[in-house]
Amino acid sequence: MIEYTKQANKDQSWARERLFLGLTITEYMKRLFTPVNIIAGIIIVFGLILIAIRFSQGLGAVTAASQDQPWGLFLAWGLFSGVPLSATGFVLSTAVYIFGLKEYRPVLKNALLLGFLGYLFAVIFLLIDLGRPWRLPYPMFVSFGTASVLFLVAWHVALYLSVQFLEFFPSISEWGGWKTLRRRALSITIGLTIAGIILSTLHQSALGAMFLLAPGKLHPLWYSPYIPALFLISAIAAGLCVVIFISFLTKHFLRDQTDSNYMASLDNITIGLGTATSFVLITYFALKLVALAHGNHWELLNTPFGYWFLVEVIIFVLLPCFLFVYGGRKRKVGLVQFTALFTIIGVIINRLNVSLIALNWNLPQRELFNWKEFLIVIAIIAIQILVYRWIVNRMPVLREHPEYKGEH
Amino acid sequence: MQIDRRDFLKKGAAAIGGSLLLGGLIAKPTKVFAAQDASNRPDGLAMLTDSTRCIGCRRCEAACNEANNLPAPEIPFEDRYVFEEKRRTEAQAYTIVNRYENPKWKKPVYRKIQCNHCAEPACASACLVGALKKSPEGPVIYYENLCIGCRYCMTACPFYIPAFEYFDAGSPAIRKCTMCNHRISEGLIPACAEVCPVEAITFGKRSELIKEARDRIRSEPDKYIDHIYGEHEVGGTDWLYVSGVPFEELGLPADVGTTPYPTFTQEFLSAVPLVLIAWPALFGGFYAWTKRRQQIADAEATNREKEDTQR
Repeated sequence: MIEYTKQANKDQSWARERLFLGLTITEYMKRLFTPVNIIAGIIIVFGLILIAIRFSQGLGAVTAASQDQPWGLFLAWGLFSGVPLSATGFVLSTAVYIFGLKEYRPVLKNALLLGFLGYLFAVIFLLIDLGRPWRLPYPMFVSFGTASVLFLVAWHVALYLSVQFLEFFPSISEWGGWKTLRRRALSITIGLTIAGIILSTLHQSALGAMFLLAPGKLHPLWYSPYIPALFLISAIAAGLCVVIFISFLTKHFLRDQTDSNYMASLDNITIGLGTATSFVLITYFALKLVALAHGNHWELLNTPFGYWFLVEVIIFVLLPCFLFVYGGRKRKVGLVQFTALFTIIGVIINRLNVSLIALNWNLPQRELFNWKEFLIVIAIIAIQILVYRWIVNRMPVLREHPEYKGEH
Repeated sequence: MQIDRRDFLKKGAAAIGGSLLLGGLIAKPTKVFAAQDASNRPDGLAMLTDSTRCIGCRRCEAACNEANNLPAPEIPFEDRYVFEEKRRTEAQAYTIVNRYENPKWKKPVYRKIQCNHCAEPACASACLVGALKKSPEGPVIYYENLCIGCRYCMTACPFYIPAFEYFDAGSPAIRKCTMCNHRISEGLIPACAEVCPVEAITFGKRSELIKEARDRIRSEPDKYIDHIYGEHEVGGTDWLYVSGVPFEELGLPADVGTTPYPTFTQEFLSAVPLVLIAWPALFGGFYAWTKRRQQIADAEATNREKEDTQR
């Protein structure tokens, strides 16, 4: 009997330590009612109601998608923007493991988590948007459309999601205390990293290649045979900038989950990643120019869509490129963090342009998206943020687990 | 972990061999879908519409509705009020007749639109589960039992044809003209061609219809413009059009080119095996190099330490 109680206590304390931050359940529940959580909760409830409407009445009940413009915000944000913003894991693990840039190790686990969650939620957006989401495994197991670029995207996103889970798994196993599993996951790190590079190269560019099939529909300033390369390069910039910007947020909002090593190295990491991004952005800008010259539609620059194109390319690519160089030289950490946010917005604008705004630009009248779609997107982002915070508050992401210090 | 040279070579060879194998596996299926030479195409079934003959009676729309068991439309087929706006194909309407004003003749021109059954369809090359396929007989066939509802076919179609059932949550599907494939297999001809009172819609072998279209243009050069829409557009379609006014005035896109749409993504897809083969070797090499540098640096550090203690 005593033995049994001991075991029960042990189980309870395992759950209490790992799930409820060492608090009792009632204490924990009380602590949940913070203003941020309440607002997020309200948004999520409304979002879930709308999602329920979508699954009972059809996509048309909650989206502005039409027969002419079949894709809306779910894909433009969730897939076409979400995937490049989640290049964090691939970019940082390549830097640390393949190129041996060990000084970036403190932010690596966070980058892997952000990448994993980004892909996970891209799939969630896809599940909401697909007409028959329960057939998601069809391209893997039932029928193979090998001539389709989307076939490649589906396979690679699925594989890469698994790779990212395994890459992040050491942190999960440190939290759970599963030492053998942790060792096994770590033993395949290099293999996973190289697999991640291959998969990311291909699906990031494939997302762009999807639009090669819409030459008459995508505005000529955005349509280019270089679009796969443009998507890949800008995804690298996006991944780097998300690491910079989220690191900045963790410093202020998740400070109690960091360790001294993380906090001390953040400024140098920010400057280093910012300088790296400037190289990526200038490459991207150069290729944008080549694509523009190749397309030879200079006259279109002097139209409303042309001005919008120039805003994207000059204000959101060229300007941050210079700001990164300047901020790096003068060691202005704040400027680099701000520029990272600026670049992220630029990449989002580019993806929204290609997949929504400049697609079907020549149709006389169209609605890009409605408030219901928008609210669903906001609700899912809120869930994503809460899941991220839940994990960081429990697992060693921004710090090293004391038992495994200096390993890896 | 120490890597000596032999070990490195062994691992490198294994990596390259493995990726060659993987690349080979992936490369194979893409080859099957390579662009076929236009002249080698089988002479499939096709349709020809003549907008100089069409009187806008919309009986083809009604016949299509019946042949495909579609729900009755909100506005009856006899109501000419629908011509006030430009309509497109819908999930409940596989074919649409629109009216276009024509100042030249002081009488409007009618144009029927439906799936053009491209020889090399963009939709089929977009579909990730092969739910859209070009049949050897001619029609582009949709397999609802495979469709996952991603709607990439709609984005890919240069003619804005496939329509989606946006208000069906249980089993939403893509809908489009089937060239009455079910009727053809019973020995009948497509419903629209059968019902047309003025023979504006002709059904037959593609080569014969092209000849027929050329004959019409040749015999009445003032009536027709010298162009068969669909003969070369997007690499050729199995629905052909002749008209007395330029096709872009009838809402048929003039900018679609003559390249088959699947070609646009083929180049990208053919680069995929290259990445699969080259990347493991390239990045594996980087890794080995980084590792080696680290070992040398470590060794130098220990040597220096040793020297320091000796001194």
